[in-house]
Amino acid sequence: MSKLRLRFNPTAFLLIIFFFNSVLRPALALVEDGEGLEEEFTEELLLKPLPDRKVLAHFHFQSSAPPSAANGRHHRLFPKAIAQLARKFQIRELELSFTQGRWNYERWGGFDPMSTANAKPPGVELWAAFDLPLNEIDHTWKNLTHALSGLFCSSINFLESSTAYSAPSWGFHSNSSKLRYGALPREAVCTENLTPWLKLLPCRDKAGIALLLDRPSIYRSHYHSQRLRLISSEFTGIILEQALTVVLQPSMRSNSPASSGYGFLQPSWSVNSLFGKEVVGQCVLAKTSRIFFELEKDLAFKVDKQQPLSSWNNSAFELSVIPNNDIREINAVKNMGSSVLYVFEVSNSNDHMPLDVGIRWKIPLVWSYPQAPFHMNRYLMGSGNERGSIAISLRSTHLLERFSRVSDGCAVHAVIFQVVPWYVKVYYHTLHIFVDGKAQIISDVVRKMKISPSEDKLSPGSMELLLRFPCNIESATLTLDFDKGFLHIDEYPPDANQGFDIPSALVTFPDFHCSRSYQLDDSIYYKSPLLSKFQEGNPVQTYTEVLLVPLTTPDFSMPYNVITFTCTVLALYFGSMLNVLRRRAGEEERLERSKASEKPGLIPLLLSKLFSKLKGKEPESSPPLSTSSSILGPKLVAKVILVGLLAVIWNYYLKNG
Amino acid sequence: MEEQKPRAARKSRLIVRLGSFLVSHSAFVSVICCVAGCIALLLLPVLAKNTYVSENALMPGSANPMFSNQDVLEANRFVKDIYEKRILKDGSGMEIARLIGKHMKDVGAEVYYHKFKYHNLRFHPLCFFSSTPRTAVLQNSSACILNGVSPVGIIRAPRGDGKESVVLVTPYNSENIKLNEALSLGLAYSVFSLLSRVVWLAKDIVWLAADSRYGEYTSVASWLKDYHNPVFSSDYGKIGIDMCFEKTENHVEDESSFDGAAYDDFKRAGTMAAALVVKVMDKERSERDRVDIYAEASNGQMPNLDLINIVHYLAVHRQGLHVRVGTFGFLLNSALLKHVGKTLQRLTRLAESLNPGWKLGVNSADFVEGTATLASSMYYQALGVPTGPHGAFRDFQIDAITMELTPRTSLTNNNGISSFLLRGGRLIEGVIRSVNNLLEKFHQSFFLYFLTAPNKFVSVGVYMIAFALLVAPLPIVAAALFSSTANARSSTAISNSKPTNSKPVTRSGSWNWLHSAKLVFLVHLWALIVSLLPYLISQVPHTNSTTSMLSWSLSSLLILYLLTRLTKSYVEGYQWEVLKSVMIAAASIGLSLMSIINFSTAQVGSILLVPMCLMVRPLKQPVQASFFLAALLKILNILLAVVAFPPASLAILKGCLRGFESINIGDFWEWSEFLWVWNSATYLFVALVHLPCWYLCVHILLHN
Repeated sequence: MSKLRLRFNPTAFLLIIFFFNSVLRPALALVEDGEGLEEEFTEELLLKPLPDRKVLAHFHFQSSAPPSAANGRHHRLFPKAIAQLARKFQIRELELSFTQGRWNYERWGGFDPMSTANAKPPGVELWAAFDLPLNEIDHTWKNLTHALSGLFCSSINFLESSTAYSAPSWGFHSNSSKLRYGALPREAVCTENLTPWLKLLPCRDKAGIALLLDRPSIYRSHYHSQRLRLISSEFTGIILEQALTVVLQPSMRSNSPASSGYGFLQPSWSVNSLFGKEVVGQCVLAKTSRIFFELEKDLAFKVDKQQPLSSWNNSAFELSVIPNNDIREINAVKNMGSSVLYVFEVSNSNDHMPLDVGIRWKIPLVWSYPQAPFHMNRYLMGSGNERGSIAISLRSTHLLERFSRVSDGCAVHAVIFQVVPWYVKVYYHTLHIFVDGKAQIISDVVRKMKISPSEDKLSPGSMELLLRFPCNIESATLTLDFDKGFLHIDEYPPDANQGFDIPSALVTFPDFHCSRSYQLDDSIYYKSPLLSKFQEGNPVQTYTEVLLVPLTTPDFSMPYNVITFTCTVLALYFGSMLNVLRRRAGEEERLERSKASEKPGLIPLLLSKLFSKLKGKEPESSPPLSTSSSILGPKLVAKVILVGLLAVIWNYYLKNG
Repeated sequence: MEEQKPRAARKSRLIVRLGSFLVSHSAFVSVICCVAGCIALLLLPVLAKNTYVSENALMPGSANPMFSNQDVLEANRFVKDIYEKRILKDGSGMEIARLIGKHMKDVGAEVYYHKFKYHNLRFHPLCFFSSTPRTAVLQNSSACILNGVSPVGIIRAPRGDGKESVVLVTPYNSENIKLNEALSLGLAYSVFSLLSRVVWLAKDIVWLAADSRYGEYTSVASWLKDYHNPVFSSDYGKIGIDMCFEKTENHVEDESSFDGAAYDDFKRAGTMAAALVVKVMDKERSERDRVDIYAEASNGQMPNLDLINIVHYLAVHRQGLHVRVGTFGFLLNSALLKHVGKTLQRLTRLAESLNPGWKLGVNSADFVEGTATLASSMYYQALGVPTGPHGAFRDFQIDAITMELTPRTSLTNNNGISSFLLRGGRLIEGVIRSVNNLLEKFHQSFFLYFLTAPNKFVSVGVYMIAFALLVAPLPIVAAALFSSTANARSSTAISNSKPTNSKPVTRSGSWNWLHSAKLVFLVHLWALIVSLLPYLISQVPHTNSTTSMLSWSLSSLLILYLLTRLTKSYVEGYQWEVLKSVMIAAASIGLSLMSIINFSTAQVGSILLVPMCLMVRPLKQPVQASFFLAALLKILNILLAVVAFPPASLAILKGCLRGFESINIGDFWEWSEFLWVWNSATYLFVALVHLPCWYLCVHILLHN
């Protein structure tokens, strides 16, 4: 609500008066108390150095449209495609992310609003909450996946199948039965996904901060996550957040690998050196356009120790552009330092005076990021094609001890949400929980549990667990056994021998809510969607790794073998069948008798002998011989040799010819 | 109506007639098949095909190597650093591990130290084919001195999803590091640091510097076991790695941020796509830098042929290295083989002169070399014992090989070593890059094959012919023997009008074989007990191999005596022909089952078993043949009965290899101990198939 409390615009006012007087009297009643009725667009960029010498760049674009009734179906700034989407599918909330690479929770942090909101699992993740009756939701979800897949040139439509998505009840975000969640870990992310995403911006990538989005440098990054979040309600209208998070490696001065070690000076960088482009003026349609430069708590604390951090140019570093302002975090815990934000207004720059924000380090510094209370790891156990186990392990980062509220009764909660495809048949009764290496009784640790077992070829299995651990644990491990299922031959994806993915599990720590509020001098002036998002915060959450389960895969050349084999069997079957059907025993005997009485010539006699031998019958006229001696008789040997010779001669001469 | 019945019987199906034809000529068929089987086995080196990279995605050598002289310098620096640490007498192992860990960290990898306890390999009768850990933990291992500590570094692929990884293993002895081990560490380090900078990485890279103080296999196997199981820090009695570094920490300033807990945490990197064990060796130099490839894992399992192919391709065609696979050197000088080779060469020349279109091109020297390599390949597969630390990976279905790099110069020659490191580094980089290219797991190429040269292989489709030919006569002869006794018994019932018009054998006679089956069953039961005896004997402390062997054989004889006495009335009234046919049936079942578990064992076993089974007949029974043939048959029977006795065959083999004076009574005990600690199925074959079969053959030989 507060995000839309914006400047009152006289034009909009006139517009409202006009509508008020003419048509939309009832609609206006809804928005009468809201001041912001104008579509707005803001663009922001947050840059911050990371402890492992990389740089995080977080682009945040936000468009908002007032409740649709205000100006019908027409939009000035807001992308029409998204508005139609929201209206047609009655979306209350939607989040779609395309991610490449992994967020490194240990080095890049897991306990700040930045990482908890923007760290996403590799591939595509989509969840949406609808404002519809329960029985329509599945159908709408299917349509939505197709619409998004067309909009973003990706294979989101694979989430249409009921085996691909699940309906979490409380393990994911909110207590809603109208939410659907699906993930495609293998989806490759490329420019073809970025271009339609950029098309939703009013200035595309032709002006403003989006100008920096140089494709080669974005896709060269170590982590790259492109996100789209849609919030829609009758009162606030539609808010569209588009965020792009990239982690870049600034180029080293010296290429020597030794210099990458700790204890050496961090690389200095600027926007130009990272993206190969500079900001030359804001997107004219944007209400605000800013670049933030953030120093993390620990870093700011260490810089402060050198010299009280007052200016943009101190003993530790020097910023390339004089910031318009610097703001400090309002921190509850005093002794841990508070992060510093330098603000640069893009509107001050132009073609002659580009804004090239950068930093030059003067002294080597080692700092660390606030960590989530637990490091999550997920891995497979066992080998072979028959069965295995999934293990989820939590390792304490001793964050709780730092907060110094460890007492005996202290407990920490964790919610694990895990979706498993049906061909990995998890036996949920085999759930074992080990705390510090000791097996625990499930009911001691699990507070709440919702499990929907998978149904073959119908729905994936999903597991929502609320766990409660004592604060002082070192590690905890959950294991679940599974059997590997068999797929039908046409259910195998291309490159089936790579194995099958189990999407990331999501672990949320509801006790920990990270948010950051800043000492804003002029709250109106500094009204920034990005900062208000930080202030809002969200519970700490961590995605685990994607797992690769090798399943039994058929030899795909096998169908050929099967076809030939089956054909042979069928031919044999029909041959003998026909033989039996058309044979008339009495007739044959009469024929044979008549033949025997005819006394044929020498050659026909020999031929008939040969045929009858091959057929397994003895001619009536010939004297009875024992099978063994008759077949291996000298005559037969001679015949065989003759045929062999003929074959050799034929082969030898014809091949030469 | 009366006459139609016999006619219907005569009009039997072709397949039945063929069967009865084969059965009635069993002697002829079995001789032909056995001879053909042996010839097919001998011809395998001729039938070998050239290897080819089957998986297109591998693209070996399609990219220019990035490993440069800069990296070689780095490797040399690292080797010097490590080799200097050797002088530190006290706790030099820990110091080396710490140094490796520090270097790993400096290139930006995630580092941890894997601690393991030395597990003594022991015989566990019920642990065959199971991956349950063998628990014989060395006691009193509270300090890190008794634990092996292997530093492990993981490079996360920058844009990868972390689902797969490639493993690089360099074993080194932390207590007494040699220059060659330091060189292999240096080589691996330089490749590792290069890989931390490259942009093409799609799979994570894991470098395990395995502490091989208690054996290379142990440390790799225990790391793999921990990788595939949850690891709790409390398992190791709360020894953090920082405890081990206590002594050394005070004189290192830049380790102020040394966080022990972070190094204890076992990190993983997804499903392993392939593993390379790299060792630098210092032995028998040749004129070129050399790579020896070892691929045999437990129970004759081999890595995918493509892995060997890319190593061979890159080593030979890109780096100009000489590639070798294991050969039996003594076979290279064998006069018999040379003679066979020359005969073959002459024969093929003759064939080519008949038809120039036939391009057989058998070369005598190639044949001898191929046979020596094939024999070694077959021997190590048949033995079922891994030939290096790569065997531990195959137990988890990961393709792995060991590459032993040998420089052409001495290890102290700086120039020679630099060029050697450059080639070695490029080779490893190329192999890793190829595996990194791989989208699917290795599945395109062969898993069942013998190598006859580094670039020649015999696939399963070819080598199973020899085995099939050897085994085929067994059921035929069994059927022939059975039907002949059945005929003899029911000969009175046969109508005199037509000899082929045989009515079904009388009910009472058809169950005669049960008496023989009882005896066969008893002998197999005895063999089962004998196979379990070593477990009890090995529990007795302070025994050497000779006394163990003696007690084993004596107790086996005692059990045999007891079993025969107890069941004397139970197993009477059998004919030797029926006994032989049941024995042959049991042997053929055993051989076929073994061929599924470990083909090479079945193949080698069948060479001994099949002739013995086929030829055996009571010595006192007169033979209806010429005197010469009868005498030959008897001599062969006795000879085979001696040779096929497992301890005797081992002794003969050893005598041929190392001279007959080296034979010792305890040899067989040592050999079987070696087999069971490695969980080799060959032990099961020898004890449960070969031994009872041999005993029954001797039983028939001595039949009255």
